[in-house]
Amino acid sequence: MKLVVVSAGLSVPSATRLLADRLAAATADRAPAEVQVVELRDLAVEIAHTFTNGFPGRNLAAAFDAVAAADGLIAVTPVFSASYSGLFKSFFDALSVTDENALAGKPVLIGATGGTARHSLVLDHALRPLFAYLRAVVVPTGVYAASEDWGAEGLDGRIARAAAELATLSGGLSAAPEPAGKPADDAVEVVPFEERLAALRPAG
Amino acid sequence: MQFGIFTVGDVTPDPTTGRTPTERERIKAMVAIALKAEEVGLDVFATGEHHNPPFVPSSPTTMLGYIAARTEKLILSTSTTLITTNDPVKIAEDFAMLQHLADGRVDLMMGRGNTGPVYPWFGKDIREGINLAVENYALLHRLWREDVVNWEGKFRTPLQGFTSTPRPLDGIAPFVWHGSIRSPEIAEQAAYYGDGFFHNNIFWPADHTKRMVELYRNRYAHYGHGTPEQAIVGLGGQVFMRKNSQDAVREFRPYFDVAPVYGHGPSLEDFTAQTPLTVGSPQQVIEKTLAFRDYAGDYQRQLFLMDHAGLPLKTVLEQLDLLGEEVVPVLREEFAKNRPANVPDAPTHASLLATARKEREDRQEGVRA
Repeated sequence: MKLVVVSAGLSVPSATRLLADRLAAATADRAPAEVQVVELRDLAVEIAHTFTNGFPGRNLAAAFDAVAAADGLIAVTPVFSASYSGLFKSFFDALSVTDENALAGKPVLIGATGGTARHSLVLDHALRPLFAYLRAVVVPTGVYAASEDWGAEGLDGRIARAAAELATLSGGLSAAPEPAGKPADDAVEVVPFEERLAALRPAG
Repeated sequence: MQFGIFTVGDVTPDPTTGRTPTERERIKAMVAIALKAEEVGLDVFATGEHHNPPFVPSSPTTMLGYIAARTEKLILSTSTTLITTNDPVKIAEDFAMLQHLADGRVDLMMGRGNTGPVYPWFGKDIREGINLAVENYALLHRLWREDVVNWEGKFRTPLQGFTSTPRPLDGIAPFVWHGSIRSPEIAEQAAYYGDGFFHNNIFWPADHTKRMVELYRNRYAHYGHGTPEQAIVGLGGQVFMRKNSQDAVREFRPYFDVAPVYGHGPSLEDFTAQTPLTVGSPQQVIEKTLAFRDYAGDYQRQLFLMDHAGLPLKTVLEQLDLLGEEVVPVLREEFAKNRPANVPDAPTHASLLATARKEREDRQEGVRA
């Protein structure tokens, strides 16, 4: 399966990327996967310009295509001001403006990192509603890693459980047949004009 | 093929001097630009329609009527006429009147308008944008073709025994283009009626324009108006030229950097690489414009945006000289090469009238035979 990892970490090396890589490796252990990592730091300027230009730049468009084509998505953000980072949100805003169905029905594993465990509910109060809105299927286990978790027990177990859920769900959903009559990727769907006119005609 | 210019009608400070033209100066400048377009041999002048500052053209037929009186050949058009918030009855009347005054040198481009507050100011709801465009145009289409209209719809007072006056010149409705950037519904609408489709591609990468134009062409054929290649396509373009391309870049960059639409965003280099904007020599403009055909097919109308972002009138007039003298003659010649004989020109009043007369004669022949 195609597994795409979106990491919003900013420093190099980054704890966010470290968590993202652990999640990706654990998922790939359970289901053969071709992993592609999208580092949002490298796309930061193109993401901002999507809002000023109205369309994504070349590298960002390639990242959007990869996300849309993925069987499973791992999305990891650092916690900024009690929520996902602005860059992380902006990536998904720009994605949904460009292709509002990009995440529909897609299995997503959410992760976050922070300096303290006091922000761990960011997964359920910020990331989960975001992906619910984008109509993704978020796996039940999210993984939050505070600084202290990197030296404590428990993180491994949560990574393993979340990865197993994503592997199972990705296999299941991506194996489901495409709905009949679905147009090719590039085709634009259109409602026949008579139907539009008819819908506006007064009753009786 | 038709070549022309379209204007947004923005009042924007010149970033190099800080000076903002008055509304009167800007309106008069738009007229001067239209007159220049005819002088340098362009075919079309189109004005936008806006109902909020910093834009001046709220009353397109007033401006176009004045320009009609001062020109002889120029086709007067819009970019766009708001089919959502205007009353279709008033559009029918205004543009039929303009047709008579301009001896048929009139067509128009329908658009929805994307400024949220304009809808409620005119008593409409932006969420109904597509439906407004569908219903209003369906009515407009009838008002120009049927002498007496009885009509009832969702968005407007019903009409009983209504005749829109004056009737269109020679009984020929003005040709209509439907402009849209992102909405396949509008490409479908244009195809359904066999009208023209204008893709204002100036801020968009080529692959997006290609998809929209292909959709329109295929649906045009689906509705039996001709082959996909015979559909009537118009495209936007945006250029700034100097003889020496380095001079063009140097002079245009301060305008680009703070332009209302793309300012403070991408670099001039990125934007010219990804969109139709060309800043350089006339030869570069020629090459880039000719390449539009690679993804849009042989098309009928090319409009350039020349007078925005605070560029002074003097500069715009110089640009039009370059466009008319060095660019368009070459484009006419090159676009004509390898153009299949069955690809039509954009309909004009004269061509539509000739077609209508021929159909009438054919019918009479049929009756006599």
